[in-house]
Amino acid sequence: MPIRLSGAIALSLLISAPGAALADEIGDAERGAEVFDYCSGCHEVGKGAENGIGPHLNGIFGRPAASVADDYHYSEGLERAGADGLVWHLDTLDAYLENPKTLVSGTRMSFDGLEDPQERADVLAYLRKFSDNPQNIPEADPTARKPEVELSPEVLEIVGDPEYGEYLSSECTTCHQSDGNDEGIPSITNWPEEDFVLAMHAYKREIRPHPVMQMMAQRLSDEEIAALAAYFADIQ
Amino acid sequence: MTMNRRAFIGTGVAASAALSAPMLNAQGKPRVVVIGGGAGGATAARYIAKDSKGAIDVTLVEPTRSYYTCFFSNLYIGGFRKLGSIAHSYGTLASEFGINVIHDWATGIDREARTVTLAGGTVLPYDRLILSPGIDFVEGAVPGWDTTAQNAMPHAYKAGSQTELLKAQVEAMPEGGLFAMVAPPNPYRCPPGPYERVSMVAHLLKEINPTAKILVADPKPKFSKMALFQEGWRNHYAGMIEWLGPDFGGGNVKVDPAAMTVDIDGTVENVDVCNVIPAQKAGRICDLAGITEGNWAPVVPHTMQSRVDENIHVLGDSTDQGDMPKSGFSANSQAKVAAMAVRGALTGSKVFPAKFSNTCWSLINTDDGVKVGASYEATDEKISKVDGFISQTGEDAALRERTYEESLGWYAGITEDMFG
Repeated sequence: MPIRLSGAIALSLLISAPGAALADEIGDAERGAEVFDYCSGCHEVGKGAENGIGPHLNGIFGRPAASVADDYHYSEGLERAGADGLVWHLDTLDAYLENPKTLVSGTRMSFDGLEDPQERADVLAYLRKFSDNPQNIPEADPTARKPEVELSPEVLEIVGDPEYGEYLSSECTTCHQSDGNDEGIPSITNWPEEDFVLAMHAYKREIRPHPVMQMMAQRLSDEEIAALAAYFADIQ
Repeated sequence: MTMNRRAFIGTGVAASAALSAPMLNAQGKPRVVVIGGGAGGATAARYIAKDSKGAIDVTLVEPTRSYYTCFFSNLYIGGFRKLGSIAHSYGTLASEFGINVIHDWATGIDREARTVTLAGGTVLPYDRLILSPGIDFVEGAVPGWDTTAQNAMPHAYKAGSQTELLKAQVEAMPEGGLFAMVAPPNPYRCPPGPYERVSMVAHLLKEINPTAKILVADPKPKFSKMALFQEGWRNHYAGMIEWLGPDFGGGNVKVDPAAMTVDIDGTVENVDVCNVIPAQKAGRICDLAGITEGNWAPVVPHTMQSRVDENIHVLGDSTDQGDMPKSGFSANSQAKVAAMAVRGALTGSKVFPAKFSNTCWSLINTDDGVKVGASYEATDEKISKVDGFISQTGEDAALRERTYEESLGWYAGITEDMFG
């Protein structure tokens, strides 16, 4: 059954790539330790690291810009960026390392930038080791990048494969019971396929508000959403 | 759809190539032995049996007949659940899914011969072995405490009689008494668990012993959902809970179970109840199998295979896998990836790329639920976090109530997913 999206959902938004896409890893920490030689004249990282010419870099992932306490004095530009809500994640750090002045006008970090994306990825992998580990503090920053891809209208006419949906459904049934019981968490069985697909795309685009569902939906490709819709539509 | 699937397989993970040759078994059906009947093991056994439709012979080895989930055991302490409501049996796995459930301890693994020996003397041959034994404690982690002291100072970090004992001790505290917790260093089972427990003990004490106090000695400067718990403790249990991080000596603790004292950085406190949650390591059978490095068993993220032995898959708390927290949800998620890989290896069934996810709900007070979660993917190096979310401080009561109700739904869902 071809799926037609209603006008409620815009098609032009950027969304995550299919789950089949390979992970975009953040690089090799060992090589990154060598790349860090560019930085170590001004920045310390690791046990006992202190502020020097630049602030220490422990715990930088997930940290708002210009927020190291103690007595470090940031440039006005970086202070302003921090106040405006700049937080150091993989993407912001990557942009900053590529060309500091592009991201933060007036930064005092006198560094021309790392042109090579691999070098940036490697040094970020190295720095990542000195920030909270999600295994210990699950709310810590991601260590992998979310791949993104443009959504084309054709993929919305997909006929779902229920066999593939059955495999994918194991991610759903940790919470949603396959017998249709809806205590505390809604039932997702025996929905019309179109309703199911519309709901999932609404989560995927964060039009529907639930954070768990947004996260799950953003990892599903359009084929995968169609497959799940087909599987759950006919489940006994 | 075939076009989509072809594209899908074409970009599939490297691991699927290694799994593409099905193993033939001269004796007939391939055999899978699963050790440990918790969130990892029960799920893996059920999914392999269910999806192979009888083509694989599945044996589940679990010492206890009644399994108490560690998740939600804090809610029993708080009075929100009956102990019986977190107990589960293996009847459906045996009757409906044809799993051979053996209640015994696994005492040895011969990786060359591919056999498991049980305490009762039975020897089980396997083609693939799945180890999901949960945690054990690091000896000497808290000076003065070992497992012989677990009646005086319970850990209650394996659910069941220990949980019951801890709750009984809290209920028996003298008026205005002191409950102490020695929190564990990273990494350990259920990162928010100790702090949910503090919340649940506080909830119980507020009802039955409101002048009692709670003291937490913690070697970690930060813990999971810290801002959410500290906000909740201020709002619901003002003046009751004192948390001492490493800056205040929380990492320098000795206990004396005979005298019922706790020494925090040289200051000795008399305590009425002491919950010691020691540093943790992989369940002992992983050590016996020789697949641990340091305290944990390293695994290949795409399949959850041991990095030491490709015929063994390891799940849940025992693994060193990367970013996923040690939780029941994680173990359940990893189990499905392993089940798929095992079926692919033994029967040639299709293997899709691994996907992992986790959500941890915690209860702070009546109808005050919070959650943290993330999605993960397999890279060659580790399981990497891709995206995540966490409840926010200052959320309104209706959302928190909804989050709690959601956790009840999740409990019903995951236990059905594990036990059928």
